[in-house]
Amino acid sequence: MSESIVRALKCRECGQEYAIEPTHVCEFCFGPLEVVYDYDKLQGKFTRELIESRPQTMWRYKELLPIDGEPTVGVQNGFTPLVRAKNLEKVLGVKELYIKNDSVCYPTLSFKDRVVSVALSKAVEFGFKTVACASTGNLAGSVAANAAAAGLESYVFIPHDLEQGKVLGAGIFGTKIIGIKGKYDDVNRLCSEVAGKYGWAFVNVNVRPFYAEGSKSLGYEMMEQLGWRAPKHVVVPMASGSLCTKVDKSIKEFIKLGLIEDNGTAVYGAQATGCSPISKSVKDGTDLIHPVHADTIAKSLAIGNPADGYYANRVIKESGGWAEDVSDQEVVDAMKLLAETEGIFAETAGGVTLGCAMKMIESGRLPRDESIVLCITGNGLKTQEAIIDAIAKPRIIDANLKEFDALAEADGVATTDK
Amino acid sequence: MKLRVYLTFDEATVREPIIWKLAKEFDVITNIRTAEVKNNMGLVGLEIEGADDVVEQAIIWLGQQGVHVEPIEQNVIEG
Repeated sequence: MSESIVRALKCRECGQEYAIEPTHVCEFCFGPLEVVYDYDKLQGKFTRELIESRPQTMWRYKELLPIDGEPTVGVQNGFTPLVRAKNLEKVLGVKELYIKNDSVCYPTLSFKDRVVSVALSKAVEFGFKTVACASTGNLAGSVAANAAAAGLESYVFIPHDLEQGKVLGAGIFGTKIIGIKGKYDDVNRLCSEVAGKYGWAFVNVNVRPFYAEGSKSLGYEMMEQLGWRAPKHVVVPMASGSLCTKVDKSIKEFIKLGLIEDNGTAVYGAQATGCSPISKSVKDGTDLIHPVHADTIAKSLAIGNPADGYYANRVIKESGGWAEDVSDQEVVDAMKLLAETEGIFAETAGGVTLGCAMKMIESGRLPRDESIVLCITGNGLKTQEAIIDAIAKPRIIDANLKEFDALAEADGVATTDK
Repeated sequence: MKLRVYLTFDEATVREPIIWKLAKEFDVITNIRTAEVKNNMGLVGLEIEGADDVVEQAIIWLGQQGVHVEPIEQNVIEG
């Protein structure tokens, strides 16, 4: 391992720098902290050949992730497929479309495994024995699973009325689950207070600057898998808005290090209409994010007051992208379309991403003749309730060949039997 | 305790001197650390210091005035 190039934590607002510690907010102005690097130290050393010689995991880009030495959690994670979506290209009338398919991310089938493995590896470095998060879905499962594999204690905080299936997705890993009664805002504030009071690594609070950096690995992989180039357009789903900013950061870093040419990549954000504070701000031409009460089937994107909303808005504008939102029905339709054309069963957030991309192709915001990557971030098996009524029910027959013959005939299926 | 929160003011509350009223109503020290105020919206990063129960009451009162109160992390609960 080469020398770490991590320089400091830096306030995104006032620029104040801090030592590498489990902290996330500027003491002066309350601005969020971001990991910054000395890229010059990598000049000439961090080459395509070096990266290609390493195992196919997210850690093949470890110099650009904020850990010292080797990762200790989630060593196998990442390097999900980038699929050329030929069938979907035909349906949408576009020339070059790819799916970055994190619905098969190891081990819990969402891109959260990327951020969690960085957060927990860093937590181990800091000497934490217990890790925690507040989550209603993917993050809870990922923290619980990765903590279990790393031998860490974990606490997961959830609203007390969360569906049983989602509780199960974290509970199986032996995590300590705490259901909290109360209105969303009260539950949210309590989680923040718990994170401040106990000596734990709360992945999306005190180790958030490190956690968020894990998202960049999705961008690095996308560029390597495209043959060391960035797409002209990339569409990402937005909850907090963090993924949007980190995909942009990953592209800028690869350009800075000479790994790719600057392709002028535009970043596009996708939200569900029932929770679209960032896309609304982009459409309204403002940079102020108005908090909303989330009401959408895309639960993994249901963040009403997104912490990185302002920064996502800026990335979208500065890169020349756009933001869109879609109704719950459009989400379901897009999930079905992705499954029927490409064999990819994405969670509702994937329906949001594809649905918004379709809208932006129709409106001309996304050009039909240039390369587009859609980031699919979670697996449809986790959000089956959203589509249960939209899927054709099986046709029931008796165990009798004549009954099937009648169905086959109705379907126009030929037999080989004379 | 010292509590760090973001206050979001909407069109109806953005012109009201609510932080001044807060300090009159409760025995707390208020310290504005960041603020952005526009016609129809305001965002203030505020530190509130005082006895635990007084700070709790102050937060409830702010909500009753129509101010949206969140921890500085904003939404901690993720999907």
